Amino acid sequence: MTTTIFFQQLTNGISLGSLYALVAIGYTMVYGILRLINFAHGDLLMVAAYTAIYAVTMFTLPWYLSFPLAIALTGCIGILLDRVAYKPLRDAPRISLLISAIGASFLLENLALVIIGGVPKGFPRPDIFAKVIEILGVRIQVLTIYIPLMTLVFLMALLYIVYRTKVGKAMRAASKDIETTRLMGINVDRIIALTFLMGSSLAAAGGIMWAMKYPQVNPFMGVIPGLKAFIAAVLGGIGNIIGAVVGGFALGLGEILLVAFFPQLAQYRDAFAFVILILVLLFRPTGIMGEPITDKT
Amino acid sequence: MQRRRFLAVLALVGFALATAAGPAAAQDTIKIGAYLPMTGAVAAYGQMEWDGIQIAHEMKPEVLGKKIELVLVDTKSDKIEAANAVSRLVEKEKVVGIIGEAISGNTMAGNPISEAAKIPSVSPTATNPLVTQGKKYAFRACFIDPFQGEVAARFAINELKAKTAAVIIDIAQDYCVGLANFFVKEFVKLGGKVVSTTYIQTGDQDFSAQLSAVQATNPDIIYAPNYYTEDALMAKQARDLGINVPILTGDGAQADPLIEIGGKAVEEMYFTGHFHKEAASTDLGKEYIKRFEEKKGKEADAFGALAADAYFLLVEAIEKAGSTDGTKIRDALVGLQNFPGVSGIITMQENGNPIKSMVINKVKDGKFVYVTTINP
Repeated sequence: MTTTIFFQQLTNGISLGSLYALVAIGYTMVYGILRLINFAHGDLLMVAAYTAIYAVTMFTLPWYLSFPLAIALTGCIGILLDRVAYKPLRDAPRISLLISAIGASFLLENLALVIIGGVPKGFPRPDIFAKVIEILGVRIQVLTIYIPLMTLVFLMALLYIVYRTKVGKAMRAASKDIETTRLMGINVDRIIALTFLMGSSLAAAGGIMWAMKYPQVNPFMGVIPGLKAFIAAVLGGIGNIIGAVVGGFALGLGEILLVAFFPQLAQYRDAFAFVILILVLLFRPTGIMGEPITDKT
Repeated sequence: MQRRRFLAVLALVGFALATAAGPAAAQDTIKIGAYLPMTGAVAAYGQMEWDGIQIAHEMKPEVLGKKIELVLVDTKSDKIEAANAVSRLVEKEKVVGIIGEAISGNTMAGNPISEAAKIPSVSPTATNPLVTQGKKYAFRACFIDPFQGEVAARFAINELKAKTAAVIIDIAQDYCVGLANFFVKEFVKLGGKVVSTTYIQTGDQDFSAQLSAVQATNPDIIYAPNYYTEDALMAKQARDLGINVPILTGDGAQADPLIEIGGKAVEEMYFTGHFHKEAASTDLGKEYIKRFEEKKGKEADAFGALAADAYFLLVEAIEKAGSTDGTKIRDALVGLQNFPGVSGIITMQENGNPIKSMVINKVKDGKFVYVTTINP
């Protein structure tokens, strides 16, 4: 392998990893507060991608309006999801919530299938995201630069909100003990709704970026990104926001470098990701950056 | 009270069952079943083929003096669902003939069931040789992959002047693996060299690692005999990485979503295909294209045309057999010589595979255009 090809593969890996990271942040955030694995998270990617497509093609909005619109709308759907599928089960055993999440995921997928149909659609990628620049023989899509930047910006913003604001303090309190937080006079339902709004908006941003990079939008497009982001979140330590980013990059780079060094193993890429999940769960369930298992019962 | 309600429900259920069974028992229609991928990874094929079958049905709605009733079951692009669909068609719907599936892997899952029930099935577009191998009741309306791979290799060497090729194979599909093998065999025989072979999987979206590996080997062409979604994404990423060599692929990529997803990246992509409306030679073909475009408001495509042929072949065989008995229809299908179908002249062989010609198409200005016809 020449150096150019190696750096090209490294770029490919960072580009894929940053997408995983972007999706994983939202995943891990909802988990951190609610201890709920929101399986519908991946499907929100799909919702956002379709919303963006229709905003651009049917209402002929420019991308800088339609993308934020898609993100906002998906955020609202996230809140709705919480109200309908999760809130009624707040006091139920955690397994019920998990099953409800799986149900919500199937519901979103099949609703899209009925309303829109199963044939994949392209995605109207704005020209400014389609440019390719070449540095020393390594070709880099500008998207590959924007996505990690965006991931970092979101990461900073999120860290700021969670650790430096009053709302963030309430969120952290709720993640420790919902009942006591409520007794302290905090409107826990509003805090949770806000968590879903932020988590779902992050999923939406991830979905739009995903669709620009891999422009085939279909009702099941969120399944694999959702699973991969879940693996990334677990790898980084589920519940830990920085861990999700680290896990995302690690997984993306790992997948690409596996194919780069062992092209014959290319078909085992997904298997590789799932083997990592199993190994992490077996030997270090708290992930790379996770705190040791706490007293949360 | 409880008991009476129970009895009432029982009576209602009984009544519902009786009425549901009613029309099936009456023999005033002849049922033809179709099992197609209407949703899932290859939904575009199923939808195009169902369009084609509907137009064909409209052109010939009766056989043996009875109305033909079509029954459609969705396979969700899945092998297990495909097998279930055939069971349903055979056992519940009692169809006399089956059209489907669109892709080889799923047809190979469905065929054993229709074979056991002695119901003839005609797949419009399953091109893998194993689909009909060793089966008495399995037929198809398309050419098979050894021929397709051979033509692709000859075209690569003679027309595209390729000396080296990179092959990218979707390992999850019988069709892709088979077709790639036949291409490689002929390409090497003709003096070409395969410089890299890499694998992808249905549903993959990121091919950058595989493509960077391909790029390092500097091939003259890329042969990627995969389905449309994967090929479109692959082409897009290849062009982004600066790989500008021609991409050659098989009949499985020639669907509209390829162009919608791939955009400029799939320009000048070449296909070995079944049909192009400009190459239509038979009266049936011309009539079909006219009706199709009137009714559906879009250009007639290869998948719809072949599905129509599958329908016409079945109906013709039922007519010739003069019966709806599976074995008699099967014998009539085998005996079809020079049948003027939508996609050309079809002669069915004993092994269930027809002899017919092939076209080469390419994408130009966002459309599939006709390049040439190759006869067997």
